[in-house]
Amino acid sequence: MNEAVEKNPLEMDKQRFGIKEPEARYDLQGEVANEERVRRAMVNFAKDINRTTATYMEACVHCGQCAEACQYYVQTGDPKYTPIWKLEVFKQAYKREASPFAFLYRMFNLKRKVTVEQLEEWQELIYDSCTMCGRCSLMCPMGIDIATLVGQARHGMFKAGLVPHELHAVAERSDLEGSPLGATPEVFEDRADWMADEHDTEVNLNLDQADILVAMSSIEIMKYPNSIGATARILNAIGESWTFRSEGYEATNFGMLSGNVEWQKRSTMKLINAAINCGAKLVVLPECGHAYGALRWQGAAMYGKPLPFKVQHVSEFLADVISSGRLKVKKVDQSVTFHDPCQVSRRGGATQAPRVVMEALGVDLKEMTPSGDFNWCCGGGGGVVTIHRADKLRYKVFELKMEQIDDTGAETLLSTCSNCRQSFNDAQQHFNWDKSMESLLELVADNLVEDD
Amino acid sequence: MVGATLATTRNILLNQGDIIMGLLEFARGEGLQIAVLIFAAGLIWRLVHLLLTIRKMDISEPRQGGERAGGLRTIFSRFVHHDAFRERTRNGTIIAYTFHIGLAIIFLGGAPHILFIESFSGLSWSPLPTVVIHVTAAITLAALIAAFVRRMRHPVLQMLSNFDDYFSWLVTILPVLTGLLAVAHIGARYETLLAIHILSFEAFLIWFPFGKLMHSIIVFGSRYTTGVTFTRRGARV
Repeated sequence: MNEAVEKNPLEMDKQRFGIKEPEARYDLQGEVANEERVRRAMVNFAKDINRTTATYMEACVHCGQCAEACQYYVQTGDPKYTPIWKLEVFKQAYKREASPFAFLYRMFNLKRKVTVEQLEEWQELIYDSCTMCGRCSLMCPMGIDIATLVGQARHGMFKAGLVPHELHAVAERSDLEGSPLGATPEVFEDRADWMADEHDTEVNLNLDQADILVAMSSIEIMKYPNSIGATARILNAIGESWTFRSEGYEATNFGMLSGNVEWQKRSTMKLINAAINCGAKLVVLPECGHAYGALRWQGAAMYGKPLPFKVQHVSEFLADVISSGRLKVKKVDQSVTFHDPCQVSRRGGATQAPRVVMEALGVDLKEMTPSGDFNWCCGGGGGVVTIHRADKLRYKVFELKMEQIDDTGAETLLSTCSNCRQSFNDAQQHFNWDKSMESLLELVADNLVEDD
Repeated sequence: MVGATLATTRNILLNQGDIIMGLLEFARGEGLQIAVLIFAAGLIWRLVHLLLTIRKMDISEPRQGGERAGGLRTIFSRFVHHDAFRERTRNGTIIAYTFHIGLAIIFLGGAPHILFIESFSGLSWSPLPTVVIHVTAAITLAALIAAFVRRMRHPVLQMLSNFDDYFSWLVTILPVLTGLLAVAHIGARYETLLAIHILSFEAFLIWFPFGKLMHSIIVFGSRYTTGVTFTRRGARV
């Protein structure tokens, strides 16, 4: 076993699956001089500066309204959680190094050089208290996509070796083993066999040719394996030519969340190569928010050209096959509320897909206020759920979510993101809350009208 | 003795008058030319720098077309917050709208301003009644003061604010304040106040390309860009 993996054992007996809380934290990676850390952070941040991000950097008027969209500020009242403030050091660096008047800023030291102490302080703001949910981006009067800038800031932070201990550890494990949670190809194959028996269905694995490549998230494989069986039952019910592939079955992308572009690319390329290898025309991504963004919107950039196949989140796929009449479902007599995963709905544009599915199921949908594109985040996205020191803040933020859900009075809580589901289950245990999140995919699979 | 003193006083007043007229002449002439030159050069440099920054193409498969239309739509739609955000942002929005609209009315509706615009562009239109301009200027001044107090007292704004925020505020409020003083003849003779008013506007022009006043142009780019990106995804803009 790799030393990095060995040093950070997994904890799989709690509601949150991840790295065990470290006895000693190592939030600074590598033996690097402070100046060099700062240089790397800034160079790698600046490397990503393009016309879009430069425009964003130039546009801010410090109106502070983004704070009102951010759950961390709303729940704590602490101004440091103002979304655009989370980028302050990077704005400082941009002005000094790359802005149109950078020479003036440097000549008269109008913007000071960023220090390693500042970056260490900003680690909490860039990682622990931002899920990149993009609510602030939707509200900024200047139209600045702050969430994208936070993702870019993470690139600089990773290169500087300034990633929170656990997030770095899961991202490294993911690169080394193919999964952040130990869902190696062997483990996945075992689980696929198990789910085939459990669901009494065929789980296609490593078919040479298939129209659809299906992927899972590690959380599903390890914590919610019924997703594997549910997916197989649905695809078999509509007679699709589909397969899982051992070389590309895991859709989460902790390289992206931690800020390591090389790791992000390697994870993405596994899926792309798996799809190409089996001639897939469509890749169906699992109930995982960031996995969707990683392949659907960033995959082509990693590949360097347009993807030779289509990409859908499983909720979009379900909505399509239900709408076209290929998949029939029984009516479910339940009142439900739906938690929109930020990366699929607000950031991904697939807000209506789960609602099409729920309408077909005939559930009594009681929407939260606000819901859909304006929904509050679960607080666990962007890798935040992995970071133990962020728990207190995450639970504080989750109180907003509990209130929203309790107000609906719905019997069942549904979502289409296993990371949200895990964050909910963890918070449910913490608060001794009587609500539990269920998977829309599994609800569909449990209510299939299957032809004999 | 008395005669000599009167003569000295008259000379001083005449000299002061010369200085004031000289100042007004400078403000209307060389001062304005310098300010416009710096404004134009800075503006062009800042925009060219932005346009020369490498453009990253999005090669993901769009969910839908109409990206450009979505970008243009976003330029306008972001003038108003989505319902979900309105309540929490009401105060800041009302203050900002008040002084932005006020500034536009004063600049485009005031008779002397229209004459000024006509002097270099040839364009002219009917001015608004003086009383409307005066009332608007008073409201704008109040809104700008409210914006300043809010920036000083609101924990988020206090933390975010830097020199640019305060200086941009200063060069915005000064023309409004000095304009009001000039028409009311308060504090000094008209020519002095007019010279100060014009110079304060020139300070605004000179600072414009260097600080956040540029948002009045860049905002179109940032809104458009976000509009294009999220329309492409089929997401809300």
